[in-house]
Amino acid sequence: MAALTPAVPLVASAPVAKLRRHQWLSILGQAVRTPRGAVGLTLTTLIVLLAAIGPSVAPYNPDAFVGIPFAKPSGQFLLGTDYLGRDVLSRTLDGGWELLVMALLATVFGLIVGATAGISAAYLRGRADGLIMRTVDVILAFPQLVFALLLVSILGPKLWLIVLAVGFSHAPACARVLRSATLDVSERDFVKAVELQGMRSSTVMRKEILPNLISPIMVEAGLRLTYSIVIMAGLSYLTFGPPPPLPNWGTDIGLNQLGLAPAANLWSVVVPATLIALLTIGTNTFTDAIARVAIGVDRKPEEAALLDNIGVQAA
Amino acid sequence: MSTLSDGNRAAPVAEAPVAEAGRGHPVRLEVKDLQIRLGDAGPDVVSKVSFSVRAGEVLGLVGESGSGKTTVALALLGHARRGLVISHGSVLLDGTDVLSLDGRQLEALRGAKVAYVPQDPSASLNPTLRIGSQLKEALEVHPGTSEDIDERVAQVMAEAHIDASPAMLRRYPHQLSGGQQQRVAIAMAFSCRPSLIVLDEPTTGLDVTTQRHVLDTVRSLCNTYGVAAVYVSHDLAVVGGLVADVAVMYAGRVIELGTTQQVFGFPVHPYSRGLLAAVPSPDRAEVLVGIDGQPPRPGRRPQGCSFAPRCSFVVDECRTTTPEPVTVAGRAVRCLRAAEIEERERVRAEVVAPPAAGDGTRTPVLTLRDVLVRYGSVQVLSDINLDVMPESCLAVVGESGSGKTTLARCIVGLHQNWTGEMTFEGAQLSAKARRRPKELLQRVQYIFQNPYTSLNPRKTIGQIVSQPLEHFFDLSHGERSEKVQRVLENVSLGADFFNRYPDQLSGGERQRVAIARALVVDPDLLVCDEVTSALDVSVQAIIVELLRRLQSEHHLAMIFITHNLALVRSIAQDAVVLCEGRMVESGTVDEVLEHPKEAYTIRLMEDVPKLGRAGTWAAPPEPAGAASLA
Repeated sequence: MAALTPAVPLVASAPVAKLRRHQWLSILGQAVRTPRGAVGLTLTTLIVLLAAIGPSVAPYNPDAFVGIPFAKPSGQFLLGTDYLGRDVLSRTLDGGWELLVMALLATVFGLIVGATAGISAAYLRGRADGLIMRTVDVILAFPQLVFALLLVSILGPKLWLIVLAVGFSHAPACARVLRSATLDVSERDFVKAVELQGMRSSTVMRKEILPNLISPIMVEAGLRLTYSIVIMAGLSYLTFGPPPPLPNWGTDIGLNQLGLAPAANLWSVVVPATLIALLTIGTNTFTDAIARVAIGVDRKPEEAALLDNIGVQAA
Repeated sequence: MSTLSDGNRAAPVAEAPVAEAGRGHPVRLEVKDLQIRLGDAGPDVVSKVSFSVRAGEVLGLVGESGSGKTTVALALLGHARRGLVISHGSVLLDGTDVLSLDGRQLEALRGAKVAYVPQDPSASLNPTLRIGSQLKEALEVHPGTSEDIDERVAQVMAEAHIDASPAMLRRYPHQLSGGQQQRVAIAMAFSCRPSLIVLDEPTTGLDVTTQRHVLDTVRSLCNTYGVAAVYVSHDLAVVGGLVADVAVMYAGRVIELGTTQQVFGFPVHPYSRGLLAAVPSPDRAEVLVGIDGQPPRPGRRPQGCSFAPRCSFVVDECRTTTPEPVTVAGRAVRCLRAAEIEERERVRAEVVAPPAAGDGTRTPVLTLRDVLVRYGSVQVLSDINLDVMPESCLAVVGESGSGKTTLARCIVGLHQNWTGEMTFEGAQLSAKARRRPKELLQRVQYIFQNPYTSLNPRKTIGQIVSQPLEHFFDLSHGERSEKVQRVLENVSLGADFFNRYPDQLSGGERQRVAIARALVVDPDLLVCDEVTSALDVSVQAIIVELLRRLQSEHHLAMIFITHNLALVRSIAQDAVVLCEGRMVESGTVDEVLEHPKEAYTIRLMEDVPKLGRAGTWAAPPEPAGAASLA
């Protein structure tokens, strides 16, 4: 047979080849280039930078009593002082990184547990599916914050236990999402093809199915990170977070509530609350951009028509 | 009739007198110089398309996937898919330009004057509405089309051969068979007595017998009511039996336009010739000739003639000059060398050399005895007895729902709910693939129907083909990649495919990769499940020829599952016919196809759409001008 004329350029440039191999990089790249993604990422980055650099630029020791309680903002204390007379600016700069790291770890933990459960349930079907999904149903019957509270109150307020508790409270939702994504993938013929070789189930899930779940996993990760931040802050607000002397945005909102009174310093509440709000808006917006890229909502009409016409999926 | 020429420009085609009987009907639809772009300034998807259809006639718009035939069909309703823009030309329906109408006027037009019958009736009928209300809908939306709506519904149902009882009208779409659903869709299309009906592959999902009934209905309705119809299809044989005129599309242009007799009987354009040579014949075991390469996508179409890169008649001029339509042998052709090519006699396809006859003492590779298959508690296959001989090909033929794919899945171990005896070289086969010994899994390989789902989109071709080697054999990295390269060459894929991903490949190339993946482990038995049904006919020919060559080179036994009786001739030596889960006929291909004993097989053979071309290519063409080309 004669040589075929290829329809696509033979040599894809190196970066393109790399993007094809690492789908998540390509999705991130595309998401950043959308307006939505740019806004989300900028917001998130600003807050993360503030939380990361903050501790080293704070003007005062965040735990030191430097003024009278609820002092109004002044040249000495730019954002005033809190209910114990500590500098609000210093506490704000120092109180974010711990929250962020814990939220991130909880997300990763929840995602690993949830994805493993969801993928196994969908691929193995039968009794494994029943067992896993019924457990998930039971856990989902509790509101997430209540479930996390329950775990923390049983296990005690250790930091790593809080991370595990919040992470575990994510697992059921992740399991559901990934189960349905896996159900779709595992019915495709390429999975049957390796089953016909007698490949072990765990290998099929890891090597054949998982690479096809990159986009739902990314979207889920973004979503769960947002929830983690909110739940972590909520737990701290309810004083189930890291113990009080340490600065923490969530704890500070709760303890400074009196500051909202007209005579007091309302910045002690407003500033940490705003930072948490901006951070979650940022992560949520960026996740939305990822989700839109992953399912191709923002694809240009021309591009979409071309893709429809030749029946290929976006890389 | 029509020309391919560009609208108002002086047509290079002479006005010919209307000679044929029945050609006196008025022209209902006239498409002039239609151009559709990708975006406002993007590349052409369709360009310079002109044709016309008379009342009561059916024009066949044929072409392979991506040729732009559906895009043209939708433009006839004044519609362009998202991202596409109708940038030039006119669609005159009874003198009105459909493309100049605004949204409200188009709404009034669609359904009433122009009707559309989509490909998949199960997707186009609303699953939550009863058949009766759906049939009435179009009539209610377009008041004034009928005095008595109920009477008209009963009438169109009778015309489309659906029982018009109240019970039927109360049914939901899912309570009808595929054929009935398509009849309902056709009845809906005819209900407002439109001037034009656009049928977009309406019989693709139906079996041959239903397909023929549906086609007969369409033809007689068009005749009765003087409706002009445009019938879009990739299936040349179906079109050949139905339409009076045919327009062959390639890369967004109509490249040959004439009467069906002329174009299918004696094609001139090299592409039409190639396409027709690729269609398997149910009458003779022909060597199928495919067309290498693939059609260029919009924006990647070469200068000059779009077919030049794949054309065997190509000369330098073809690569620079875009051919304008010329009249040759009574039809319009877009080819610079049409006149020369027309004079060449078309040689009939070669006949497949029968394989050396076995000595009769061979033992079968695979034996099935009294196999009975269930889905849950429903019995889908029973009394299956068959033998697959070494180095020979057994075709399993049946319509959709006959259980042929289920049989294949039982043999390879994907479906476990069966009883009976299945032996491979004397060894019992267990039902579940994972319970079978590794060596056996390696010796029986399965090729899936749909190459778009059978390759992991996240892996390179190299990874996909070497994966079974890693699993079954203990080879060094070097040995493995050498073996993969060799097998890729064997299926005519170059080394540069190694690092590509499946979505960079065409359907035919993907199916070759799937074949390579099966062959790389040196199997003894290859089970091919409808491996060409997702492919275009020119690609199907290449894949079938490839399989036949590989079968003899690698001494493979093969089970070839297909719904296409014509294909059986070209590839198999033995055949079994399945009908509703039973084997109704088995024997050598010649016995089964030429002297069928069972009524079912006889009917199946009769209903196979035929091009009716046997011997016609060698015969002289009809005298030029016999058909009108005004």
